[in-house]
Amino acid sequence: MGLFDFLKTKKNTASIAKDRLRIIIAQERSSHGGPDYLPLLRRELLEVIRKYVSIDVDAVKVDVVKEGDHDVLDISVALPDSRASAA
Amino acid sequence: MAEIIVVTSGKGGVGKTTTSASLACGLARQGKKVAVIDFDVGLRNLDLIMGCERRVVYDFVNVIQGEASLKQSLIKDKRFDNLHILAASQTRDKDALTTEGVQKVLDDLAAEGFDYIVCDSPAGIEKGAFLAMYFADQAVVVVNPEVSSVRDSDRILGLLASKTRRAENGERVKEHLLLTRYSPQRVEAGEMLSIGDVEEVLGLKTIGVIPESGDVLNASNKGEPVILDMESPAGQAYDDAVARLMGETRPMRFTQYEKKGFFSKLFGG
Repeated sequence: MGLFDFLKTKKNTASIAKDRLRIIIAQERSSHGGPDYLPLLRRELLEVIRKYVSIDVDAVKVDVVKEGDHDVLDISVALPDSRASAA
Repeated sequence: MAEIIVVTSGKGGVGKTTTSASLACGLARQGKKVAVIDFDVGLRNLDLIMGCERRVVYDFVNVIQGEASLKQSLIKDKRFDNLHILAASQTRDKDALTTEGVQKVLDDLAAEGFDYIVCDSPAGIEKGAFLAMYFADQAVVVVNPEVSSVRDSDRILGLLASKTRRAENGERVKEHLLLTRYSPQRVEAGEMLSIGDVEEVLGLKTIGVIPESGDVLNASNKGEPVILDMESPAGQAYDDAVARLMGETRPMRFTQYEKKGFFSKLFGG
């Protein structure tokens, strides 16, 4: 303990913890709400697409969305910038 | 009707068994007929915390497999006549517990006139934890004010809302939050998540806050659930939690940091 320690502003780690938890829990809740096969489907889609195009791990998004009375399987794939891939 | 309460958490080492033992003792002290069951097959520990480890003859798996009757297997507590313990088996066979087997034991206990059945869940989200929560009417989710414990309890809350008998029947398991190892001083210093923080993140109300205390280790050393030590803040906090579980309203204690004055610091008051 230094003599002038009281001058340093202490970082409030509890609020960092709370913010991190809020984000990760919201994310996990949304993915757990969906059917169990979603993570596996996402991984397999990623593997298939990667045979043809080189994409990032997080480029494939798979969600089940409610539209009126029925559920819609919403798949979106972000392709890499064509100029970037051509180079 | 027996009320089935699961004590669960997801993460290990947060105080599930300590909590199960204290809740069971507290409910028995209130005159209720209570059974407390250790679901941690392979890693029996409730018997040690309850102080009856040398009196285990038959266990939960023996009952389920028909090798012993329920009556033979229930260990009567030495302090309360109306409190019984069913020890976990030390077998390594994880499939020893079955849904039907567990249901039969719970039904038989209810038929015996037990008011409360406390199920001490193992850590994790595997079969033992699933069976401990499956038949529950209420859940006490034990949480340390710490990131990994909070995250794991959210997973458990998800399972309580989907993989239980009540959930399958379109009902809800009544969930309560129990914070353990709480340090008001560290919360005050911004180093620990507060009660409000955890409640907000998990969307759950607190039924009890157990302060960090050396008395908990002393109690487990002796095999006497900490709730029996009414001198200790932890024991009193558990007693409050039991009262709230039974519907009483009690204000939270030991949750505010009181700065020691100069003189009490000097004289250790």
